[in-house]
Amino acid sequence: MSIETTDKRRAFGFVAPALLWTCAFFILPFAAMILLSLAHLEGRTVVQGYDFGNYIKIFTEPSLLKGIRVSLEITLVVTVISVVLAWPLAWIIATRVPPRYQRLAIMLAVLPFWTSYVVRSYAWALVLGQNGVLMQGLIGIGILDAPIQIMATRAATVIGFVHFFVMLLTLTIYSNLIQLSPNYARAAADLGANGWNTFRLVILPLTLPGIMTGAFLTFVLCIGDYITPQILGGNNELTMPQLIMLQLGRRGDFPMASALSVVLMALVTVAYALSARWLKMERV
Amino acid sequence: MTISKTSLVATTAMLLSATAVLAEGELNALVWCDHTDPALLEPFEKAFDVKVNVKEYEGTAAGLAILDQSRPGDWDVMVIDGVDVGRAVDQGLLAALPADELATADFFPDLVMAENNTRDGITYAVTEKFGYNTIAYNKTKVDPADMEDMSSLWSGKYDGRIAIYDYYLPLLGLIGLEQGVATADLDATALEALRARAYGLKAASLQVSDVVASQTALATGEVDILIGGGEWVTAVLSAESPELDWTVPAEGALRWSQSIAVLEDSGNKDMAVEFVKYITSPEGQARLATSSCYWGMPANSLAGGVLTDAEKAALRWDQQGDYIARTQLYPVPDADLDLSMQDLWTDMLQQ
Repeated sequence: MSIETTDKRRAFGFVAPALLWTCAFFILPFAAMILLSLAHLEGRTVVQGYDFGNYIKIFTEPSLLKGIRVSLEITLVVTVISVVLAWPLAWIIATRVPPRYQRLAIMLAVLPFWTSYVVRSYAWALVLGQNGVLMQGLIGIGILDAPIQIMATRAATVIGFVHFFVMLLTLTIYSNLIQLSPNYARAAADLGANGWNTFRLVILPLTLPGIMTGAFLTFVLCIGDYITPQILGGNNELTMPQLIMLQLGRRGDFPMASALSVVLMALVTVAYALSARWLKMERV
Repeated sequence: MTISKTSLVATTAMLLSATAVLAEGELNALVWCDHTDPALLEPFEKAFDVKVNVKEYEGTAAGLAILDQSRPGDWDVMVIDGVDVGRAVDQGLLAALPADELATADFFPDLVMAENNTRDGITYAVTEKFGYNTIAYNKTKVDPADMEDMSSLWSGKYDGRIAIYDYYLPLLGLIGLEQGVATADLDATALEALRARAYGLKAASLQVSDVVASQTALATGEVDILIGGGEWVTAVLSAESPELDWTVPAEGALRWSQSIAVLEDSGNKDMAVEFVKYITSPEGQARLATSSCYWGMPANSLAGGVLTDAEKAALRWDQQGDYIARTQLYPVPDADLDLSMQDLWTDMLQQ
């Protein structure tokens, strides 16, 4: 037996537990879900088959198709707003806050992570409601004459999401920024670049791994989230996770729930494929 | 009557041993959220030294799907919509109950509902609680006279001030009543004719919400009207929010009733029957009627002796005769119509 073969076997031995874990808790359950998505409901009984009826229904039924569209729209808006807000925040912490206070600043930035996700969403419901803190405050200082409707709209869902994901993106972008040597900016200045060009052509591209990693995580968590749209959206438009829950909790249509989940997984895979080029975790 | 120490000890020992025999450790119950209140479960758990594991579900279709995908014997007790007991009996899911041990003789006569709970003289379920899906509102914010006419909800006067209770069966039933369709006549054709009216109601509404969110929206003033609401929303808030009220409009409203049954595959039937007897006892009924999730009228009239006057007033104990006469039971769709109703409901939500 050659040394090379022995090394390969040893390497496989190290990787085997992770492979087994992934196989048992991801690949097999996912395969079972795909199989179930090809079944259908007859009356109230699940009949296993091998047809694509559920998938055809997802892409032809307006209410289901709208679920995909709504999920994508909300997720993209939340991701863009979160990046736009998180980058300056991360930059201020990384470059303007003295190093000994940066840990404290990051801790304060992620403090809301310490509260329950459900509680945080209900707290936003109280803030954004007609008689909530925000409306009463704006009326009190004379900006509004009467409350405007934010709660139970898409705007409320987006606000709830952005609050959460700005923290996440701040972390990934900050981690990237503090690894950048100040010599990059100095070199750019020596070569005649002004502040804007230094940011646009040097700093921003170098922080793309942090941005894209955070954006991808935001995309995955946001498009799969059920709680925020359910609490803040007022059921006025359903996202994919809400549609999946509707199939499970009310219709008992497990095949359709599986098919919707597979489509959701496919969307996440597409998002990964589009951002994989920049997803360099070692840089974050 | 003199009871000797010996016979007292013997009786106590017998009861304790009976309890020990019954105590199989755990009882698994598929329930609605009002049965999850510890104040309801703990007295039974202590008396029988058993842990009651509850799983909430919403809508009979979901409950039947859970049973379909569980192993035989996983569940011992099920709370089910009164009008759906027959469906469960048809599928052979429910066990016969010892009718002579149940307290139905003390029930409000209209709530025994033998036509729902029995089949061929065999009792499969027993009514435990009832109430109304109608119109709940804030009487300081809306004109109570408008609430007597359901069509006022579509008039534009209350646009953006309405919440819809997110349960398709009673809501489609109510929309049907507004259009003059009795719940018993709600078929596929009649359902399709309600589509535009359902979309119109959604357009006039601020939100479509579950039990908790509905209560919150009405209590915090987010909305002034809850269609599908009733005493189950306002009674629990009667002390803190006396401005909340409900009515049965001229078109009528829906009467909900929930039954409790023992599952045929239960491996713990004796304990399950004891649980049913406890729930339908005056004490169990009073606790269930005032459960923290939602209030509702108890089926057992003797619960009136346990409830306080304030609780009975909040439940409108003395007006039940009139309400029962003016309300209809839920629609009872077959599997296909049920899915059509849910499809319509999903379409409405996505408008």
